[in-house]
Amino acid sequence: MSLLDIVNLNISFATRAGVVQASDEVSFKIRKGEALCLIGESGCGKSIVALGIMRLLPGNARISGKIFFNGRDLLSLHKKAMRKMRGRDIAMIFEQPAGCLNPVLSVGNQIAEAVKIHENCSGKISRQRAVDLMALVGIPCPCKRYSQYPYEFSGGMAQRVMIAMALASHPSLLIADEPTTSLDVTIQAQIIELLKNLVSQFNTSLLLITHDLGVAAQMCDSVVVMYAGGIIEKGRMSDVFKNPGHPYTQALLKAASGKEPASVKGSVPELTRLPDGCRFHPRCELSQDICRKIMPQMKKGVKCHIQKKT
Amino acid sequence: MVKFIAGRLALAVLIMLGSAILSFSILTLAPGNAAEAILSAERADDPQLAEVESFMERHGLNNSRLIRLSQWLHMLSKGNFGISLRTGEPVAEEFRARFPATFELAASSMALAIIIALPFGVISAVKQNSILDNVIRFVALWGVSMPNFWLGLLLILCFGVILGWFPTYGSGSIVHLILPTITLGTSMTAILMRLQRASMLEVLNENYIRTARAKGLHEVLVIGKHAFKNTLIPVVTIIGMQFAHLLSGVVIVEQVFAWPGIGHFLVDSINARDYPVIQGFVLIIAFFFVLSNLIVDILYAFLDPRIRYGRTQ
Repeated sequence: MSLLDIVNLNISFATRAGVVQASDEVSFKIRKGEALCLIGESGCGKSIVALGIMRLLPGNARISGKIFFNGRDLLSLHKKAMRKMRGRDIAMIFEQPAGCLNPVLSVGNQIAEAVKIHENCSGKISRQRAVDLMALVGIPCPCKRYSQYPYEFSGGMAQRVMIAMALASHPSLLIADEPTTSLDVTIQAQIIELLKNLVSQFNTSLLLITHDLGVAAQMCDSVVVMYAGGIIEKGRMSDVFKNPGHPYTQALLKAASGKEPASVKGSVPELTRLPDGCRFHPRCELSQDICRKIMPQMKKGVKCHIQKKT
Repeated sequence: MVKFIAGRLALAVLIMLGSAILSFSILTLAPGNAAEAILSAERADDPQLAEVESFMERHGLNNSRLIRLSQWLHMLSKGNFGISLRTGEPVAEEFRARFPATFELAASSMALAIIIALPFGVISAVKQNSILDNVIRFVALWGVSMPNFWLGLLLILCFGVILGWFPTYGSGSIVHLILPTITLGTSMTAILMRLQRASMLEVLNENYIRTARAKGLHEVLVIGKHAFKNTLIPVVTIIGMQFAHLLSGVVIVEQVFAWPGIGHFLVDSINARDYPVIQGFVLIIAFFFVLSNLIVDILYAFLDPRIRYGRTQ
C-alpha cells in the first residue's frame, strides 16, 4: 500500500482577479521509503499541493479530492487529528530557511519544542534530544549553538536547523519545498547530501519540490512534472529523464542540460486565464488542432495528444 | 548596555537644554503680564501701576530676556527650578506635591489600555473580518475619535449625575479614579488596539508562523507564543511614547474632574503667567518623555535578541 495516495486533488483560490485553479485533478502516489520529486516552473502549483497535504493553505483556498495517508483521508480528518499528524507523521521544510525560524526564540528552544509537541517528555529530555538532533544534522558545537538565535545562523545552518526540527519525531513523510533554492551552490550540495543520508537512515519517504533537475535526479526514484496546475507527465526518474514523453518535459530537460543557453519558449499562462485544450499548446512546437480544443488524457504517464511513450 | 544608557543620558541633557530654551522663548513671546495677572487675581480690582512696577522689579521681570534666560539656566544647573510667582513656594516642591496624583491617573489609564487593548487587538487580528473584528474596529475608531473633555463630560453626566454611581470630581479612593481613568485611557486603548491588530496581522503572514503550524503546534501557542512576542516591539514603542503623552495629556482630564494633579495646577499657572512654574513643568514633562523612550529602548533588548546594545557583532 502507498504511504501517500493523492487522488484528483483540486485546489482553487477565489481572488479579485478571478478563480485561480492552482491544482487541477492532481493524482500521484508515494510508497514507503520512496523519494518522489515534483518539478515544474515557478507558479505551477507545486507548493500549493504540498501545503494542501499539510492542510496549511490560506483561508480562501477551496480544496477537494482525496489525500490518503496510510489509508486515512487527510481532508476528512478533524482539525485536531490533523494537527497531531503534522510534525509527527508528515513534516515539512521550506525555502528561505532563515525566515522560517522565529527570530525571537532561540534555535534550540524551537527544536526542543518540536520534540515536546508529540512526545510528552520533560524539558531536560527535550533539550537533550534537541542537542542530539543538532549534532545529527551537522551543526558544530550544538550545545553552544542551542541558545543562539536565528540571526546568528547562515542560510545553510538555518536549513539544518529546519531539518533537525522536521525529523524530531521521525515522520514517515518529509515534504521538502525547494529546500536549497535560496542557498549557495556549495551549501546546496551539502544540504542535499544531508537530506539524502537522513532520509535513507530513517527510511523516511520524501516529497521533494524543486525546479532544479540536477537535484531531482540525484535524490529521487520517481518524478511528477507539473504545468499550470496540472500533472503532465509522471513516472520513474530514470525513464522520464532518459526518455521524456511530453514536449514540455523535453523542453525542460533540454533547457537544463546546459549545453546551449536555452529556455522553454514563452511563459506560463496565468492561472486565472488558462487556455482551452492542452495547457501547454500555446508554447508547444508540435501543437495541432486537437491540442487547442481537447484536454489530453493521461496515458502511460504522459498527458499529450501527439507524443506517445516509446 | 551601561555604555548605551550613559550615552542616552548624556543626550538627554542636551535635549533638556533645548527644551528649556524653547519653553522659555515661547513663554516670553506670549502676550500677557505676570504681575498684572497675579496681582489682579489676589485682589478683586485692577492693580495700581506702582504695584505692578514693584512686582516686576522684585521678581526681576524687567531684565532683558537674555539675562533672564541665563539666570534661569544658571539656577537649573544647580538643580533649582525657582520659586512660583503665584504661591511663593519652590517649583520643585509644587511639582512633587502634585505628581503622585497625576502619575496614579496616568498609570491606571495605561494599565486599563494594556489590559483591554492587547487581548482584543489579538482576537481582532486572528478573527479578521469576522463580526467580532468589525465590532472591535468600530469601538476603536470611536475611541480615537472621541475628544477627552467631551467623553469626560458624558461620563460625568451619565454615571455621576444621572445614575449616581461614581463621584464626579476629586480624588482619594478607587471610585474617584474610575471615571477619569476611563476618560484618559479610552483613546490610548483604541490606538493600542488598532496597533496590536495591525502588528498581529503582519506577523501572522510570516513564514515562521507557517513553520510553527507545520510542527503541529496548537493554534493557541502559535498565536500566544510564536506570534505575540514578535508583535510586541511596535506596541511597546507606542506604549512608551504614549505614557509620556498621558502625563501631559492629563491637563484637560484633570481640569474636567478637578483632579489635584500637575495638569490642574499647570492650567492655573498658565492663566496667571506664572513663568517659573510653566517652564519648570514643561521641562520635567520633557524629562519624562526622554525617560520613557529610554526605557522602551532598554525593553527592546529583552524583546528582540537581534538588538543588543554596545556589543560588537
